[in-house]
Parts: sequence; structure tokens; C-alpha cells
Amino acid sequence: MSIDTLPRAVRPSRHLPPGRRWRSRLDVKVMPYTLVSPYFILFAAFGLFPLAFTLYYSLYDYDLAGTTEWTGLGNYAKLLADEDFWNAVTNTVGIFFLATIPQLLLALFLANALNKRFRLRLAVRMSVLLPLVTSVVAVAVVFTQLFARDWGLVNWILSWFGVDAINWRAERIPSWLAIATMVDWRWTGYNAIIFLAGMQTIPRDLYEAAAIDGATRRRQFWQITLPMLRPTMIFVVLNSTIGGLTLFSEPTTFYGGNVDGGSQGQFQTVAMFVVKQGFREFDYGYAAAAAWLLFLLILVGAFVNFMFVRRIGGTK
Amino acid sequence: MTNWSPTRITRAMLALAIVLSAFPLYWMLVIASRTNSDAVAVPPPFLPGGNLGQNIVAVLNNEDAHFLLGLTNSFIVASVVTVSVVIISTLAGFSFASLSFKGKNVLLLLVLLTMAVPLQQMGVVPLYRLMVSLGWTGTLKAVILPYLLNGFGVFLMAQYTRQAVPMELVEAARVDGAATLRIWWNVVLPAVRPGMAVLGINTFMLMWNDFMWPLIVLTPDNPTVQIAITSLNARFSTNYTLIFAGTALSIIPLIAVFVAFGRQIVGGLMEGAVKA
Repeated sequence: MSIDTLPRAVRPSRHLPPGRRWRSRLDVKVMPYTLVSPYFILFAAFGLFPLAFTLYYSLYDYDLAGTTEWTGLGNYAKLLADEDFWNAVTNTVGIFFLATIPQLLLALFLANALNKRFRLRLAVRMSVLLPLVTSVVAVAVVFTQLFARDWGLVNWILSWFGVDAINWRAERIPSWLAIATMVDWRWTGYNAIIFLAGMQTIPRDLYEAAAIDGATRRRQFWQITLPMLRPTMIFVVLNSTIGGLTLFSEPTTFYGGNVDGGSQGQFQTVAMFVVKQGFREFDYGYAAAAAWLLFLLILVGAFVNFMFVRRIGGTK
Repeated sequence: MTNWSPTRITRAMLALAIVLSAFPLYWMLVIASRTNSDAVAVPPPFLPGGNLGQNIVAVLNNEDAHFLLGLTNSFIVASVVTVSVVIISTLAGFSFASLSFKGKNVLLLLVLLTMAVPLQQMGVVPLYRLMVSLGWTGTLKAVILPYLLNGFGVFLMAQYTRQAVPMELVEAARVDGAATLRIWWNVVLPAVRPGMAVLGINTFMLMWNDFMWPLIVLTPDNPTVQIAITSLNARFSTNYTLIFAGTALSIIPLIAVFVAFGRQIVGGLMEGAVKA
């Protein structure tokens, strides 16, 4: 608008000539909308449109020849009876639990450790954040090699304890463990930093009062730190739920960039299932319906975890 | 009294956390600087070798991987998205934080809602079809455009502006006859620069790492760096030195950003966590 034409000097607006005053009223009325409009135009094009059309696509049957046919809720009914879909749901939820529970516990203890006084604090905090700033694919490649059957470091270390070489990729639970390890390596430090931020908002006199009453450090952690961390915990758990249930990069890279998720689909997640249906089988309707069910899964997961966190924070 | 100095167990735990965090990256360097027969040796080597330069040259010259193009593309995509998102978010954040207009709360709620929906996974089919019909598949436009929508950015900048720019300052500038854009430029922009830095760093790193959407919409001959690594990995699955040299190259820009802005990244994360 008029930033270049306006004088630099201070000039009270009520002395403006009528033309200027009209322009300044326009500025006050219209400019707020103009400033937010780029965001909302993008929102319409790349937010609202894809969501609405995902719903639309999910009601049609697409085949490879390019013909489309209305099927109503047919895709959803087919998905609910599709063993491969349920397999993907099981894998996603399984990996989510395997990854998230140890991750949040470790992050909590790590945050507690980071909350002490020691030298080089920033350097230590930065080092636990290091995994977050490395690229997912690069790290998944490294972990895939570490978990290789014949020459991987993990199997080599396990062999000291008499464990036979594990074929991490071929079997279901081992593959989940390997993928959960990748996820945890990346996110534990991040969540610890978030918990740390929460811990630092807890007033120190609470601890001092507890110490005078004879509460041990461990008791202070369970009785003060944990309940006071509830809001942070909710944020972290919801974040992990969304991230965990849409897991894609790690398991895909674990199988060489292929969305099958192993020879038997033993680590195919729902996000990989969507991509496979949509962009390998070109069954757009089916993929779109699966995407909506994934969204539903996230809503349910978020709700259940939210209630869970509220309970544990409340009873302690 | 309460003791805030760490116990020996705490120290040990921190040391272990640092070692575990750094190890995969160190390992990347070890393998990337070795020969292929070293990489599959049992026991494996634990110290870097002398072949790093040679392996990096091999990756960059590999005709199938288009690695250099991948690095360039990722740089373009991440930079364009970062600059656009920071500008769009700063403008909208200013409007939400400092201006009054009808429907503001409803619009802000919409922004919050977009933050909660994993649009990338949800809308992938129509987005792809849209790119096909525009003839943009395989081009960087297809990767850039959907990511310009960033609800987190608007939310963050609104929060930041609210805290960094007192309302009185905006009103005083208004009484002095400054137009909205001039207030933004002269009053708001200087004050919210730290917030813009945090948002910019976050966005750059997210874009550099993005994988699913580029995998769908790009082709291996015009890749981003993550797709280039995936091609290398798929085609030369046991040529670890080659693949690891590629992964090492792909994280150098991130490590550089991290070392340069580590303080802001840690600070930004911690501040954001408390406010959210």
C-alpha cells in the first residue's frame, strides 16, 4: 500500500486532509484482513481443498484404466474387512507403544538430570538435541546398517552374550524394535528438552519446603515434578501420538525406500499403506478412505492418551 | 536442603545420553571414510579411515543418484519455503496479535485446527492429483507450494508479537499517523526478529528432512537430497561407504545450522514448549 508515499515525519491523523483520512480508515479496516489473507489463501488451496477432496475421492472406486464409479461407503467397508489394512494398523500401534513408552520415561529422567546445575549446560543440551537436527532418512540408513544381520554392530554386540544373529528385518517384533529404536534415538532428547522447559517453570520453593519436611529427592520427583509437569506431558504425548501414528520415513527406509514394509508387510504402517494403495496400485479412492481412517485413528489415539495423562497426573 | 548439584548417577546418565546421541553420527563418519570391505568386517572398525574424500567424490559423480542436484534442490526448496513461511507468518502473526478486526478469533481458531491435522498424510491423494493436472509433478513447485501453509508459524509469530510488541507502541504509532504496513516495518519487524529466526531455522530443518511427499511427487532424476539417498540405498544396497558418504553430505548443512544457531534452537524450543 502506501508505505512509500507516507511522510516519515510525525503527523497527527486528525489533521489529515479528507482524502488521506479516508485512506487511513480503509487501512485500519482492510489491512488486518490483507495481512492474514496469504495464509488463508494457502489454507484454502492446500488445506481445505485436499481434505474435502479426500472425502470425495473416498466415495469413488478408481481402477487402473482410469474409470471411476460411485461406491458410497464401499471403500470403507472393504478396508474394514481388509487383512492388510488391519495388519498396518497393528504394526503402527505396536511400533507406537514400543517406541513411545520407553521414550517418554527416558526423556523424563534425562530432563531431570538436565535440570541439575553443571558446567557446559548449553553444550550438553545441544548434544541431546543433535539427533533431531539430522535427517531422518540418513539416520534410518545408518540404523539399518547397524541392524544388518551378518555384519551389523548390534548383532555383533549381542553375540558377546551368546545371542544368535537376529534377522531384524525379517521378523515382526525384531523389526518393530529396530524401528522403535530409530524413533527413540531421534525424539528422546527433544522430549527431554521440552520436559526440562516445563520443569523450570516449577517454583523452587516447593522443593525446598518438601526437603524441610524430609522428602527424599526421589519422592520430590514423584510428588512434585511429575504432577506439576502435567500440561507439558499432555503436549508431549499429543505430539508423539500424531508423529507416531503417521510414522513413515523410518520403516520405509528400513526396507530400502519401499512402502511394502517387509516381505510379509511385517512393519508396514498405515501411512505406508496409504501411499502404496494410492501411488503403487493407483486405487485413489481406497487410499483416500484409508487416509480418513488414519485420521480417525489419530483422533482416537490422541483422546485415549489425553485421558490417560490426565489420570496419572491427577491421582499422584 | 535441596541439592541441585548432580549425583554421580546423574552425571553418568548425561554422559551416556551424549554418547548415544552422537554415536550414529560418528559411525556414519567411520563408515563413510572406510573401504567397503572394512564396512562389512566383523568386528567392525571403530576409527575413521582415510577414504572420506574419495567416497564423497564417488557419490557426487554417481550418475544414477543425481546427488549434487539433490543437494541443490533441497537447498532451493528449503530456502524458498523458509523465506515465504517467515514472511507470511510474520504478517499474519502481527495482524492477529496487534490489530483488531471482525472474526479474528474464529480465524485464529482455524489456524490452530490446521496445526492439529496431519495434512501431509491426509490430503496426499488430492494434492497429487492437483499436481498432475497442473503438470507440476517432478518439479520443485510441487514440493514447495503445499508447505507454504504452516499454521505453526502463524501461531508462533502471533504469540511472539503479542509478547514482544506492547499494544501501546502500536497505538502510539497509529496516533502518529503511521499506516499499518509502516507500523509493521518500523515497529514490529525489529522487535520480532528473534522469533523469526527460530521459525526460520525450524522450517529449514523440517523442509530439508521432508521425505514422504517428495517421494510421491518427484522422480529420481530430479530429487531432493533425501530422495537421492533413497535411490542410492535402493540401488547400491551393500555399498555402504558410498551410501554413508551420501548421508554424511546430506547432514552437513543441518549440522552447520545447528552449530551456528544452537543457542536459539534450544531457547526457542524451550520457550515454545512453555507457552503452548
